Amino acid sequence: MALARYIGRKVAWTLVVFVVALLLNFLLPRLIPGNPVDTIVGQLAQGGGAGGEQLQQIHEQYMKEFGLDKPMWQQFFIYVGNVFQGDLGTSFAQYPASVNTLIAQALPWSIAIMLPAIIVGWIVGNLLGAVAAFKGGWLDRGAFIGSLFLSSVPPFALAIILLFLVAVKGGILPVGGAYSFGLTPEFSLAFFGDAITYWWLPFWSLVLVYIGGQAVGMRSMAIYELGSDYVNYNRGLGVKEGHTVRYIFRNAMLPQFTGLALSIAALITGGLITELVFSYPGLGSLLFAAIGQNDYPVISAITLLITIAVLIANLAADILTGFIDPRIRAVQSGER
Amino acid sequence: MSLRGLSPRFWVAAVLVAFVVLVGLIGPLIVSTNPDATVGGLYEEPRCCGPLILGADNEGQSVISNLVYGTRTSLIIGLVAGLIGTAIGLLVGLVAGYRGGWIDDVLSAIVNVGLAIPVLVIIILVSVSLPKRNLYTLALVIGFTAWFWVARAVRAQSSSIRTREHIDVAKLSGAGFWSILRRDVLPYLLSYVVMACILQISGAILFESTLSMLGLGASNTTSLGTMLYWAIQWGSVRTGAWWAFVPPTFMLTLIVFSLLLLQSSLNEVFNPRLRRGRAARKKAVKEGTELGTPIEAGDAGPVGTEGILESPVSAGRDR
Repeated sequence: MALARYIGRKVAWTLVVFVVALLLNFLLPRLIPGNPVDTIVGQLAQGGGAGGEQLQQIHEQYMKEFGLDKPMWQQFFIYVGNVFQGDLGTSFAQYPASVNTLIAQALPWSIAIMLPAIIVGWIVGNLLGAVAAFKGGWLDRGAFIGSLFLSSVPPFALAIILLFLVAVKGGILPVGGAYSFGLTPEFSLAFFGDAITYWWLPFWSLVLVYIGGQAVGMRSMAIYELGSDYVNYNRGLGVKEGHTVRYIFRNAMLPQFTGLALSIAALITGGLITELVFSYPGLGSLLFAAIGQNDYPVISAITLLITIAVLIANLAADILTGFIDPRIRAVQSGER
Repeated sequence: MSLRGLSPRFWVAAVLVAFVVLVGLIGPLIVSTNPDATVGGLYEEPRCCGPLILGADNEGQSVISNLVYGTRTSLIIGLVAGLIGTAIGLLVGLVAGYRGGWIDDVLSAIVNVGLAIPVLVIIILVSVSLPKRNLYTLALVIGFTAWFWVARAVRAQSSSIRTREHIDVAKLSGAGFWSILRRDVLPYLLSYVVMACILQISGAILFESTLSMLGLGASNTTSLGTMLYWAIQWGSVRTGAWWAFVPPTFMLTLIVFSLLLLQSSLNEVFNPRLRRGRAARKKAVKEGTELGTPIEAGDAGPVGTEGILESPVSAGRDR
């Protein structure tokens, strides 16, 4: 029962945050002085990308889509309605194309490098951190300085250096993009074999940074646990080290588990730039192109998508922590 | 705190930070070349002595000159944004944690919402909406959006201090709300605030470079991020013009790494429990100082624990 209440509270909270995120996504573009559609279409005209008649058409389309002739609160509901119907609008820069199509093309590539990086990085990083903390000595010193360095290297810096050394100088892996010229994305072994050579470098540059961050966190947790009373008590009782380590590991694990969800935001941020460096055709490259062209619907769709991904990850971690750690349930349901 | 207690790690970090600050402060005075002047050809190779010691970038501008001015810009943005973020976070956290009640509820709700939405998303949305972007608007945007985790950490600590006896003594002696906050609560958090500020600065520098690489950088100033933006835009990595992208990458890494190293070594100084149990105890016994450490550390339980639980994780997270 306590668990159900705990989950219910977390779900409600996530919904509140989601509404705030929607509000931000809706309000901020409207803070541009004047009518956003006029401003944006004006910028399009300055860029010389589109002719007069086309501009007129674009203008009308957006006035209708944003509902700019209506009062603000109605506009918001139009926006929310569209989002909930899965309609993210129409791209400014690639005019007739819908944002949904653009996102659908980019999203799988982003997921393909980020999801494995998160899973592999989290597991390896935590193991490394725990072992380093427990063994101590040169292993700890080496692993700690190494991890600290990796975690504080900006992800894109590692990406740039890897790209230069491995692909440009070494010629071992292809330089950029996601698959060889002339191929089209399809579910076949040949395409997969080709795409994976392009996948390695972005994956490694993300996962190395992530391993570093997790290892540093886990090491601190484990060292903190190593000095706690129950460990000393166990030592005094002569309990086998291996037995104590299990407790240490489980206690140190919990914050890391919540950290997994929170670090996803950082990983996505790093991933966006990593894609840029490798010209990987994911959300990062799409966002970059959209910013360059003032393609507001695309930008706002991507920011919304990132927010949703992070919110879902947080919620999942909260719920799972509730299952794993009975203390959290007890505290949450006892409080307020 | 005596200087002897500082670890070698601290000194390494301090020297690195000092080096970066020197590059940003004195570099522009030594390298007199205007970073916007064309002094060479497209990606001209480095040659000894003069403005082309690190070659030229895609516009034929001197890379070394861009590098020192860019370092200065990045440091200014980091400092301004970091200080603003820490100040807001500190104020909100102190008031929420010490006051409690409905003020705490409201402020905590705001902070939790802010923490749940990725900072970069807010920064991108605000920067896109800004009609003009320069160095200081960028710093302001980053400072005003990236303070939530500071507020949460400070709140956790100040609410634990609220129940201590010396606060009651201060209240009985008639001290006002702000006076208690300043003189009876803040000193307990000061070490933590210093560390949070360092993290904020390095985070802000990273945000700036991320934004610049996405094309949302300051339009009129060179920063390390804008250098990388142009290097990637013009395919310098692909053509092998390493002098265009290695210096800014190296500089950014150095800045962020040295700041994080500084933070983590300070953390070990301020949180004795983070030090390796055996080694620290042996050291304490040998030096004949700090014999009271275990008891004191136990006494400082709530604050110390919160600091440990919050800082190492959020250090990795906040970016």
